Formats: sequence, C-alpha cells, structure tokens
Amino acid sequence: MIINHPLLGPRDAAEFVYLGDASLIERPDWQADDAAEAFHAYGYLRDNPAGKHAELWYHEQGDRSWLVVTRDTTTHEITSVEMARDVARAKGRSK
Amino acid sequence: MRYSALKILREGLTGNKGWKPVWREPDPKPEYDIVIIGGGGHGLATAYYLAREFGMRNIAVLEKGWIGSGNIGRNTTIIRSNYMLPGNEPFYEMSLKLWEGLEQDFNYNAMVSQRSILNLFHTDAQRDAFVRRANAMFLAGADAELATTEQLRAELPFLDYENARFPIKGGLFQRRGGTVRHDAVAWGYARGADERGVDIIQNCEVTGFDIENGKCRGVQTSRGAIRARKVAVCVAGSSGRVMAQAGMRLPIESHVLQAFVTEGLKPVLPGVITFGAGHFYVSQSDKGGLVFGGDIDGYNSYAQRGNLPVVEDVAEGGMAIMPMIGRARLLRSWGGIMDMSMDGSPFIDKTDIDGLYFNGGWCYGGFKATPASGMCYAHLLAKDTPHPVATQMRLDRFRRGNLIDEKGQGNQPNLH
Repeated sequence: MIINHPLLGPRDAAEFVYLGDASLIERPDWQADDAAEAFHAYGYLRDNPAGKHAELWYHEQGDRSWLVVTRDTTTHEITSVEMARDVARAKGRSK
Repeated sequence: MRYSALKILREGLTGNKGWKPVWREPDPKPEYDIVIIGGGGHGLATAYYLAREFGMRNIAVLEKGWIGSGNIGRNTTIIRSNYMLPGNEPFYEMSLKLWEGLEQDFNYNAMVSQRSILNLFHTDAQRDAFVRRANAMFLAGADAELATTEQLRAELPFLDYENARFPIKGGLFQRRGGTVRHDAVAWGYARGADERGVDIIQNCEVTGFDIENGKCRGVQTSRGAIRARKVAVCVAGSSGRVMAQAGMRLPIESHVLQAFVTEGLKPVLPGVITFGAGHFYVSQSDKGGLVFGGDIDGYNSYAQRGNLPVVEDVAEGGMAIMPMIGRARLLRSWGGIMDMSMDGSPFIDKTDIDGLYFNGGWCYGGFKATPASGMCYAHLLAKDTPHPVATQMRLDRFRRGNLIDEKGQGNQPNLH
C-alpha cells in the first residue's frame, strides 16, 4: 500500500506504524459521570467496519507525524489522507 | 455409513459406485431449538457436540457459502497446547486431548499427526520464560520438554545455530503437538452432526436478527426467516459484520494473516518449528510442501489478501533459522481474516441480548481450538453456564479488568 502523505507525498505503508480506528482521537472526558463506561468503550470496543475506515497511522520511519487515513477494508483502497493534527483541531481540540 | 478398511476394499472391487454424499442438503425449517450461524470448524463442532454430548437434535447450521470455506480451510493446520495463563491453558489442553481421540470419535480420517512442535529460544531470558511456560503447561496436565542445543543439533541438524544475531540456545518441545488435515475436520464434524439430525444449510446468508424486547427470536436469511430459541454466532473473521446487525460493538478488530506453501519437497521437517526471535512457523505437509506463516499485516482488513512487506518479513524469518529453504520456490500464498481481540484471547459467552450467544475473537489460534471451542460452546448453549475450562472467556472481561493477555501487549490487537 502507498500512503499519500499530505506533506511528503506518496510513501510506502511499511514506513508507518498502525494504531487503529481514528475515533481514538476523541478521548472521553475523564470527569464525566459515565467516564468508566466511556473509557471501556474507548479502550476496548471497535466499530470494525467492512468498507470505509478512518484510521490512525504514524510515520515512524519518516517525519513522525500522525495521519488519519481513510481506507476501504475490503479492497485496501485509500481515498483520503489528512494530518491527524488538522482532524483533531477541526473537532475543537487544542492540539 | 461407517468407514472401515473392509468398506474401502469392497468399494475398490466394485468400481467405487457405493459411496454416497456424507451429509444431506435440507431446506431450512421455519423453526429450530438452536440456530448456529457459521458452518466452519467451530460451528460444525458445536453442532456435533450439542447432538452427541447433550442430546439436542433440532439444530440448524447456517453457512453463507459452502461449509469449511472460511478459516478452517485457510490455516496452517497446527495443533498444540503450549499456552501459559490459567484462563487459556486448561482449555487448549482439553482441545489437544479431544484432537487425540477425534478420528475414532467421529469415524473420519482427519490425519491427526502428533509430529511435535518446537519453539526455539535465542537468549537466556527467553529460556527462563519458556521454563515458566513449560511449568504452567505441566500444571494443566500438558507435556513439555526443554531441549538443549546439543539435543537439537542431533535431531534438527539443518537449523542455523550460529546465526550472529539470533543464535539458537535451545527450544521447548511439545511432543503431542502437530498438524491435522484441516478440511477433513470440517467434513468429519459435518458428517457426524448430520447423522444425528442436524440440518446443515449451505448458501444461506444471515441478513439480520429478529430482536424483540431485548430477546433474540430468530434470524432473517437469504432463504427466509428462521425462528430459534437460541441463536449462536460462530463466524470468526466476520464477527464484526454479523454482530453489527444485532447492534453490538465488539472488542475485536478484523485483520489479515497470510500463509504460504512451497513446492513439494522430500521429507525434511519432522515437526512444527517456530522462530523465537521473529515470527515464523513452519511445518511440512504430507504432500511435501512447506507450510509457513508469520505476523498479521497489522491493519484492519476484510480483503483476504495481504501485502508484500509481510511476505518479505516472513521469508526473512525463515532464512534466519533454516537457510536450506532459500532455494524452495513459493507455490501459493493466501490471506485469511482473523478476529483479533483486545487481549489476544477468545470469547465464548452469552451477549446482553437474551437468546443470542457469541463465539469469536480467536486471533490466529482458532484451528487448534476447534474441538474444545465446539465442546464449550455446546455446553454454554445447552446448559446456559460456561464450561469449566472456558469460564474466563467472557465478553465483559475488559470492563472487569480480567484480561487474558498471553503476550502482555495490552489493548492493541495488531500486536497479539
């Protein structure tokens, strides 16, 4: 697989480390009343879709940036690659 | 029809015209006591043990394609019980004991071959870990044997003992481990279940669950609605897809694992050998091909095919321990989809939905577990209590902090 890095251009997926579902960006509020339940879901449960999947890849052998890659899990086709930082900020995170 | 040497002789003399299909192809009935979703090894074994051990006959096994078309037909056929943790080891040891009596039990030649499995170690620390594992195996009644390099050199002279980076310092044998003819396992269980009245319904895809007031009352399928008192999901590889139809999220990611077979060679490998410094395991099939594999690709996938970096990594692992295989040509490779669970261990449990049961999360260790998985799932379905060796394989173990994490990797499925 080739991941088209937004800053560095097309790079081999072997340069990256895979973390998992991009929903991991959205860490639950630890002070909420349902924090225990929310963290169980955050840490352990996954949508695991067959089809479009937004996921986190880390460019360990490159610029060490985190990317959000949207990839089809039935064909491995990659349809979009964004900087995870930009995705997190768009969701209202500070960094 | 029972198989025997006499039967083969008689059929051989009469043109082999007396053989009949070994299971029926019934149409689905409108209602069953138990509907098992998934006609793979685990689903068919569950049906078999439900009928044989618990006397239940009104059972259907629904299979989307043909039976045995999933991971029971796409694995590296290894059986072993060299686990460590108390939540796992008694279960896998029971499985190995069931393998040992399986062919006589269901009167089918599954070619169970206890040709041994050897885990190599390469450092002092790894040896200590394997000694600990061997002792844990003894506690569960399994066999284990620590071998020195001198013993290994005599038995397996072709290994690269002097590898500069990963010299072989010894190994842990489980002599009762080995390989099995994987397809025959599915066929043997299917035949045994069918003989006892279980309906095996192929080309029947489940498209939804009928859930009313928190109770599962049946399934919708491509061949119509089927009511059931209990619905047992057993579709490892597709667990996420199927359970999403019941509105459940699972502690599972689906990943692709590749496996490889070389051209046929003269007998060179006496048993199964695994590399301790990388991830590589190899055995030789009875046809002569070297069957081997390594790590999963490491990203979510339902594609049943992997990528080239893993092929390279697996080949490097092979060359690091037995350079003699470098000249062998790869005949074919394939990918299978694994339920990678959050701690590397499986689930055999009820769900929050009454009447809906779940078996999955086998990571890439599902084949060896087939008989025990069927036995324990049948026990759960028949008695509504977990089998004594499967009490920890629960879906809520993460909420309780009771992980069964053999490798100590935490909730990172692609590292298990």
